[in-house]
Amino acid sequence: MEEKKDFGMETVETEETAVAALAVEDGETPLDKNVRLMSPTRMVLRRFFRSKLSVVGLIMLATLFVFCWLGPTVYNRWGEIETDRTGNVSYSEYEAGTEENPFMQIIVTDRGVNALAKPSADHLLGTDEQGMDIFTRLMYGGRLSLTISFLAVFLTSALGIILGGVAGYYGGWVDNVIMRICDILMCLPTLPLMLIIGTVLDSNGVPSSYYIYLLMGLLSLFSWPGMARLVRGQILFLREQEYMVAAEAMGYSTPRRIFKHLLPNVLPQILVSMTMSLGSMILYESTLSYLNLGVRIPYASWGTMIEVISKRSDILQNNFNVWGPPGICIIIAVLGFNFIGDGLRDALDPKQRR
Amino acid sequence: MFKYILKRLGISFLILLGVSFLLYTLLRCMPTDFVEAKILALNTSGATVSDEFIQQMYKTYGLDGNIVEGYFSWLKNFCQLDFGKSFISQREVASEIFNGDRIGTSFMVAAIATIFEFLIAIPLGITAATHQYSFRDYLVTVLVMIGISLPSFFFGQMLKDIFANKLGWLPVSGMTDATRDYTGFAALVDYLRHMCLPILTVVILSIGGRMRMTRTNMLEVMNSDYIRTARAKGLSEGKVIYKHAFRNTLIPVVTGLAGLIPSLFSGAMITEQVFDLTGIGSYSLNAMTQGDIPVIMTYNMFLAFLSVMGVLLADLMYAVVDPRVKLA
Repeated sequence: MEEKKDFGMETVETEETAVAALAVEDGETPLDKNVRLMSPTRMVLRRFFRSKLSVVGLIMLATLFVFCWLGPTVYNRWGEIETDRTGNVSYSEYEAGTEENPFMQIIVTDRGVNALAKPSADHLLGTDEQGMDIFTRLMYGGRLSLTISFLAVFLTSALGIILGGVAGYYGGWVDNVIMRICDILMCLPTLPLMLIIGTVLDSNGVPSSYYIYLLMGLLSLFSWPGMARLVRGQILFLREQEYMVAAEAMGYSTPRRIFKHLLPNVLPQILVSMTMSLGSMILYESTLSYLNLGVRIPYASWGTMIEVISKRSDILQNNFNVWGPPGICIIIAVLGFNFIGDGLRDALDPKQRR
Repeated sequence: MFKYILKRLGISFLILLGVSFLLYTLLRCMPTDFVEAKILALNTSGATVSDEFIQQMYKTYGLDGNIVEGYFSWLKNFCQLDFGKSFISQREVASEIFNGDRIGTSFMVAAIATIFEFLIAIPLGITAATHQYSFRDYLVTVLVMIGISLPSFFFGQMLKDIFANKLGWLPVSGMTDATRDYTGFAALVDYLRHMCLPILTVVILSIGGRMRMTRTNMLEVMNSDYIRTARAKGLSEGKVIYKHAFRNTLIPVVTGLAGLIPSLFSGAMITEQVFDLTGIGSYSLNAMTQGDIPVIMTYNMFLAFLSVMGVLLADLMYAVVDPRVKLA
């Protein structure tokens, strides 16, 4: 019986309703034949895929994911931290000796590593200043950058949802304490904070292989207030809604009220905010790596690959193939997440008419 | 109203206390602090360092004693507006940070960038909203979204490479041309030429957020009843948009101004570093990597103070601009 009642809330009539109503007035077809019932999920999906930008974003990200995860298995000529030691051998000849006894002096310079090579069949995007293949590092770097940002966003959101939910649901002094902590954390500027934490980690000798994970984990500890505020605000607003009062009057249990009636209504905002913060996390990660506080050489991340130009302006001027591709990858990833987030926001907005 | 402000000020004070304690604790957690690095340098240069000397060093830098003691002595000095001396330069932090070269530069860049940001973003937001779902809307949206998605260091370096290195139109980095000795108007032109690229970087990166905000607000206003009434009266579309709708979209813009206060003084850390500006951003970046506690504390507390005040001001402005809002 109870299930039936929920049914009414989950069916949403589409714009065809009006047409159907007209048809009934004409007495041609019965109402239920003309009305198409759609679940909210299907409607959201339909609206999402109707927007060109969100589809473009989805394609951009899908391409990046395939490139980063399947790429290295297909193109495995070079490893992530493998230096091309073929060297670029150059010859220079000099005429030397005396007139009676002339001889040719040939100087062979073997630089040992094939550094800063231009794009070729051997190295699709050339090599960096340490002779490592840029195309390959782009794929491995992408794995790291994307994984890290996903982990950080999930951690941040989990913390934010739990703390914001607790604050909003219980209210009173719990709410007060949590919100004041939020205020304090929001006053700390993120980048300086990360620099300090980075230096602290650095001096504690954290191994470079999981250094960045720790750093981003700590970043989540400081960046949950945004999500917490959002969730708390939504819960405070929804708690007062009539349907919540109705749910209480029906005698539903607290978990059922929270998970079946409250959560589905907060979820859209959470999803949108998570998608958007995926983009900004990638930016944070790359900025930290650029400041030499993130992923460490020889391991690759998109930010680390660009970092070299802050020290060597000759690479900035002459070797776009070293720092251009990772930058473009960052832009594609962030743009993709932003497009999807934007599309989701429009698709999940119940006021939307399109 | 007065009571409300007092209450908010009290809360702000508590927040600032919390921020300062958190920051101080974090800073003191750096195991290789400034003194240790200094002693290490002395050791490697061959000098023998006695334990007494080390203790003395810690004492001079105020790093002896545990974190809580250190915090309270810092707090006492800070409340008397004694910000201490920079570990690196040994000069007063107050005069290091609050002078024309540091905060002045950052403020110049941020202020000019903010003016351009508003001048560009708001008209863009309005056209995008009034032509919702048109080609123009999509074009503007895509362009500003690309702007948001640019990593500042990458974009800054790219501009530098194109406009300074390749085309040679603008100076590569720094504040002034060291090879020339300009005076008067020529010096100003030189200064502005150096500021062009940093300002461009900041503007392009920040237009997106402001434009999206304007667009959303404008759409919301355009859907409200009084706009329908205005249209029903037969007003021209221009009057409806600029006289009725635009004024109401200004509400969040005006309150947003107060929220901008901290960003005006914080300095664009990465951009300043890319273009070698002497602003507060690159200065504090340097201080942070070297563990210069007095500078880091003063800089971050200054920012925290500004952002707390910015939030309070924004709320007050809301009540001033929008008569429907009542503060309680």
